[in-house]
Amino acid sequence: MTDTTTHLGADSARVEGPAKVTGRARYASEYPLSGMAYVYPVGAPVARGKVRAIDAAEAEAVPGVLGVLWHGNAPRLEEAEPDGLSLAAELQVLQSDEVLYHGHMVAAVVAETTEAARHAAGLLRTDIDRSPHDAAFFRDRDDFYTPEDSDEHRGDPDAQIAGAHAVVDEVYGTAMQHNNPMEPHSTIAEWGAGGLTLHESTQGPHVVRETLAPMVGLEPDQVRVIAPFVGGGFGSKGPLHAPTIVAVLAARAFPGRPMKLLLPRQRMFDQVGYRSPTSMRVRLTAGADGVLTGISADAAVQSSRVAEFIETAAAPARMMYAAPHRRSTHSAVTLDAAPPTWMRAPGECPGMFGPEVAMDELACTLGIDPIELRVRNEPDRDPSSGLPYSSRNLVACLREGARRFGWADHDHAPGARHDGEWLVGAGVASSTYPAMLMPGSSAVVRHLGEGRYEVGIGAADIGTGAETALGLIAAEALEVPADRVRMRIGDTEQPTATVAGGSTGTVSWGSAITAAAQEFRKRHGSAPGTGAEATGDAAPPEEGDAYSSHGFGAQFAEVHVHAHTGEVRVPRLLGVWAVGRVISARTAHSQFLGGMVMGLSMALHESSEVDPRTGHVVNRDLADYHIAANADIGDVQAHWIDEHDPYVNALGAKGIGEIGIVGTAAAIANAAHHATGVRVRDLPLTPDRFV
Amino acid sequence: MEADVTLTVDGERRTLRTDTRTTLLDALREHLGVIAPKKGCDHGQCGSCTVLLDGRRATSCLTFAVANDGADVRTADGLADDGELHPVQQAFIDNDAFQCGYCTPGQVCSAVGVLEEAEAGWPSAVTADPADTPRLDEAEIRERMSGNLCRCGAYAGIVAAVRGAAEGDAR
Repeated sequence: MTDTTTHLGADSARVEGPAKVTGRARYASEYPLSGMAYVYPVGAPVARGKVRAIDAAEAEAVPGVLGVLWHGNAPRLEEAEPDGLSLAAELQVLQSDEVLYHGHMVAAVVAETTEAARHAAGLLRTDIDRSPHDAAFFRDRDDFYTPEDSDEHRGDPDAQIAGAHAVVDEVYGTAMQHNNPMEPHSTIAEWGAGGLTLHESTQGPHVVRETLAPMVGLEPDQVRVIAPFVGGGFGSKGPLHAPTIVAVLAARAFPGRPMKLLLPRQRMFDQVGYRSPTSMRVRLTAGADGVLTGISADAAVQSSRVAEFIETAAAPARMMYAAPHRRSTHSAVTLDAAPPTWMRAPGECPGMFGPEVAMDELACTLGIDPIELRVRNEPDRDPSSGLPYSSRNLVACLREGARRFGWADHDHAPGARHDGEWLVGAGVASSTYPAMLMPGSSAVVRHLGEGRYEVGIGAADIGTGAETALGLIAAEALEVPADRVRMRIGDTEQPTATVAGGSTGTVSWGSAITAAAQEFRKRHGSAPGTGAEATGDAAPPEEGDAYSSHGFGAQFAEVHVHAHTGEVRVPRLLGVWAVGRVISARTAHSQFLGGMVMGLSMALHESSEVDPRTGHVVNRDLADYHIAANADIGDVQAHWIDEHDPYVNALGAKGIGEIGIVGTAAAIANAAHHATGVRVRDLPLTPDRFV
Repeated sequence: MEADVTLTVDGERRTLRTDTRTTLLDALREHLGVIAPKKGCDHGQCGSCTVLLDGRRATSCLTFAVANDGADVRTADGLADDGELHPVQQAFIDNDAFQCGYCTPGQVCSAVGVLEEAEAGWPSAVTADPADTPRLDEAEIRERMSGNLCRCGAYAGIVAAVRGAAEGDAR
């Protein structure tokens, strides 16, 4: 790194490391409050219908049961304030007799112990008037609709087919996926005289407060949300979901008693969202030189009868490569299914799979190296907005990755190499994710005396390394050693922070911290008194509208496919990233690796299987829904190039939490084709595809 | 139905009256205030609740408290000695072998178990010759640590940490 700054880019150990390796870090369900009661949710066993009655007599007779909540007796809720994340209709739980998806919560048992609550839940008799349902997602349905503002057209891509030297026209599929953070969604809610206190596993304490307060007739300052440690989220803990509301309803019904709801893992497959399956028709037209004349991406996704959520999978095709004629469209079908939600790199992650495999297919058709093909289609401006890029170093990532991976030895013939019984191949794909700064965060800087500072912001660290990175930013702005700064995060008692999502956290919160530190020095100088403090707000970049800002990356995979069993292994995965200034080197490195590992998991394993007869996800636990385990991983490497972007924001940094998962699955699928000659266009790459 | 159970948890003798349906994990978390073992799946599928039960790693969600009367339970918290981190814990920090931290105490307990199992000569599915003393190379560590899922994908760091700790032991 050529940074002249002291702290930014430091290879610092995660500040909360000792708390996490000893297990002393306290997550939402781990606060020992007196009088704790337990809430166990009960879902509908049908995908559509109306609750006629709930017979709770037997359940209520279980010793220790305090009560059973259902729509006939649960406290009433007001409408949620729109927060841009949560789906208001999803939060109206236990408010009506309507069942709109399998698992839709119809009751909750409240008991003195978790054993009593769970036992009683099994004794509830739900009388449901069942209606026909439709929960099957497939491309040939005739009832897809066009969501609002979801399409973009430039020129006439279809007309380019006739004169093209090469055409790729295929349909690519990504599976329904569930976020599955290791910490189940959990809440302890307590309704007291002063209002409501929540210990919550959330990506945005202030989001929870602002959305929830009007629902229960409180002012935001009567709701406190505490979340210093959050066991992952990957998007599902960004919006509020029904289980939190059920815990709050229980707290409202039993004031003064803390109500704990730790969602059973199985219920995370119907209560807290998922990534919609996608089916995308990609058409590429090109001349003999590989220069694209047209790009079309037509994505089909699923939404829910509860509320609309659109996975914007066609979006990245708008800006990735140059072509005069282009189209990107979305179509959605409303199913009797739980609402989808954000999952790591929504839009970009599934949306880059089809186009990046299609580029590989085009390279094969034309006999052009897949890296060279991408280089030939590098745009000089964002093809969608027409704006210049604040920085775009995809080509540098491809070249550096090729050097590190040893791509020069790449012979293009598929199915030509083997190592014993293993067919061996290599593949490449590009990655991208928009760089955004979310306005609305504030921070406070306080001098504790003797040159020690406390910096407060209500941000959630869901494992990203936010606390470490923000401490470095604060130390930099205050011009003090990093160990003189203590961060206070994850609590609505601290100034407002936007959600940990969209890879916006570090720059958005960091911008507020920098502003607060500058204000502090302006007011109090370099020798402040004890207790001196100042606040500051996040400011959008000055020239933000004049540029298109995205992070870029290139991923390389070596894949081995067993000739007889079809087993797919990934002994090597290498990513090179161009993401502006890297603030905290060690935690950033882990973010890239983590994204790539989740991308590998998507490529090889992850698929939530819906039984259309019942409308429920069949593989609803971690034994049946496979996520990558340690033995699935080989040599995984992440590197970044030195990118200076003075336009993206004052820190010169682009978000890094999501880009790591974008393109991984395509690189692996392309490598599997290179190994076997078999082109798989639907994820995951299970062994049956290769035998 | 209830029963009296005595456990030694992280070196401290603890007695509790417990519902016979209470798992060891819930006894620790809900009744004894021991939060190092985490509840990730409650079905023995994720490994977050791993503790050292009478010296051997075990998923504490898969065993009832009442079935462990008199047992010695060591959690990640108890591996640290008077504020001094266990070498495995330090190696996890040095290699950034975690992100959100929720699976971490289980990973740490599992890693300590792996070191002892290898030392005792226990083979794994990838040990070429079960008669040999296994060497904790990457393949051995990955195989032996695969009962502990990490959704943050910190596996590269975990392997490096266990390897570092194993080599430290050897010196």
